[in-house]
Amino acid sequence: MIPVDESRRKFLGTTAAAAGALALGPGVMLYSYAEAKAGSGAGERTIRWGMLVDTTKCASGCTACVDACNTEHNIAPAKLPTDVQWIRKVELKDERTGAVHSMPVMCQHCAEPPCVDVCPTGASFKRADGIVMVDRHTCIGCRYCMMACPYKARSFVHEPTTNKSSVAPRGKGCVESCTMCVHRVDKGGTPACVEACSDAGHRAIIFGDLNDPNSEIAKRVKAATTTQLRADLRTDNGVRYQGL
Amino acid sequence: MAATPRPAPPANLFPTAGVEPRGFWALAIAAAVVLLLALGAFHYLEEVGHVATGMGNEVVWGLPHVFAIFLIVTASGALNVASVSSVFGVKAYKPGAALSALLALALLVGGLMILVLDLGRPERLVVAATHYNFKSIFAWNMILYNGFLAIVAVYAVMSLERRWQKISAPVGVLAFVWRIILTTGTGSIFGFLIARPGYASAVIAPLFIALSLAWGMAVFILVKEAVCHWYGVPVSEEMRVRLRRLLGIFVATGLYLAAVHHLTNLYWARQTEFERFFLLDGGLYTVLFWGGFVLLGSVVPLLLTLLPRFNSPRALLWACWAVVEGAFAFLYSFIIAGQAFPMDLFPGYEVRSGFRDGVVAPYLPRLPEFLLGMGGVALAFLVALVAIRLFKVVPRDEMPAVEVK
Repeated sequence: MIPVDESRRKFLGTTAAAAGALALGPGVMLYSYAEAKAGSGAGERTIRWGMLVDTTKCASGCTACVDACNTEHNIAPAKLPTDVQWIRKVELKDERTGAVHSMPVMCQHCAEPPCVDVCPTGASFKRADGIVMVDRHTCIGCRYCMMACPYKARSFVHEPTTNKSSVAPRGKGCVESCTMCVHRVDKGGTPACVEACSDAGHRAIIFGDLNDPNSEIAKRVKAATTTQLRADLRTDNGVRYQGL
Repeated sequence: MAATPRPAPPANLFPTAGVEPRGFWALAIAAAVVLLLALGAFHYLEEVGHVATGMGNEVVWGLPHVFAIFLIVTASGALNVASVSSVFGVKAYKPGAALSALLALALLVGGLMILVLDLGRPERLVVAATHYNFKSIFAWNMILYNGFLAIVAVYAVMSLERRWQKISAPVGVLAFVWRIILTTGTGSIFGFLIARPGYASAVIAPLFIALSLAWGMAVFILVKEAVCHWYGVPVSEEMRVRLRRLLGIFVATGLYLAAVHHLTNLYWARQTEFERFFLLDGGLYTVLFWGGFVLLGSVVPLLLTLLPRFNSPRALLWACWAVVEGAFAFLYSFIIAGQAFPMDLFPGYEVRSGFRDGVVAPYLPRLPEFLLGMGGVALAFLVALVAIRLFKVVPRDEMPAVEVK
């Protein structure tokens, strides 16, 4: 029988362990940086931005929120099926009771967004604070996210754009949707639609941090029964509706 | 010692090199013209945007996708003969294996060209190739398409090179497994769309596999008959009978799974409104489904392939043509109606809005998107034509001594 060279075995074992540590080490370090990064700056991990729409206060025929959104992002009022629309007013009539409701519908900023799941390049993404957006640099314009969105909240830019807004760069061939006015929110402001609704005297939309128990939105959601559109899909929407 | 003479290769695998197919250049130029028109349409869309198509924010995938998905699904099915030869070891199918593989490659290339040229930002193809969201079935499909091209290309080379034919079986098995996964992926692009009643179903993946078997077989038979006619090579009657029976079985399987899809939908209360629309009130979509897919694309080829009285080469060609027509009818109704039907965001409410909530979305295809679709067909045709001419892949049937009735 061939004698076993113990020292060679030990040497090989030590070398393998060292190589493994060298290979894994940087990854572990990067992972810990990534974990630390997530808790600071824009996209705060503990924040969940959301909106509450009170349909009892939303006035039928009022389009202040839609108009404000269009102005903010330089979007022409939608007329054709190819026109872009980030937010729309929907009029509802209960088929049994005849009760009517009016309300805006926009991207619901899901916690489990189907658009993010299906996007082949990862251009559709969700920030740590819950805002769902499209990265215009990696969107290839395949429109699969529009197929997947249960809320018809996304639009494809069918034509060359003019008069581009500095806060929302838009371009032909990409998909876009409500950003919850992320450029305002990151500076401590509120979305344009919320502001316009308040200015019009309705205060039908409130905006805030759903995870902050002291915020108005969190208190309202806790106190009143609210609805998520297509709750059966369990997408856990950031936009809630009251009075529906 | 006298050298053992090499056994002469069977002369009936490939035709003699001197045979000149008729009309090659005419066919090639015709396909190239259609392809150029498609590229012109693509350029036009690049300039003015998708506003020049009939697609909008509701029907986001239109006629180009009908063509593209037909070609992609059919590509998988075109590999049938190669699979039967390699995976199931049926020697009678071996002469058709190379044509089967080349046809699969040509069809997939044509389908992918349409998908790429229809993108809003086609110049970002490199982004699509370098940024993968592995949770997306669409991203998985890109890997599956490229893998299919690579594996089938290797298989095609092995089928053409006599030295490697003996070791081509494992690659054939891999290609078979890959094509099943590929078509599962293609079907799942729709099956995973949870919010749309026309799509969300696990049955879509096996349905697409069954349809791919039928559509691929139909296209293969048409191409094989044309190629043999072109080169003046006789087609074995026994082989025709085999392919005819297979086609019938595949068509029946596709029809069965389509029926299962709609019957399961009818069982769920929340899906019945869509089924009422699709099966009864959908206008063109309803007509295309019943008249195009069920009657012309399924019942007619079933009668033509399974009834002994229609056992003729001409009837087989008509059956294949009907299957292809039915395929387009199926895809148009499936893809467009699934998007045109309004999603039910507010169950129990009547809905209206300035964004066409609660109404069936309009869609009327326009010339640029039709040309884009035809361009994919032209590219597939051109690739197949050149490959057949270049490699002289003419299937010369060698039937075993088994009598097939």
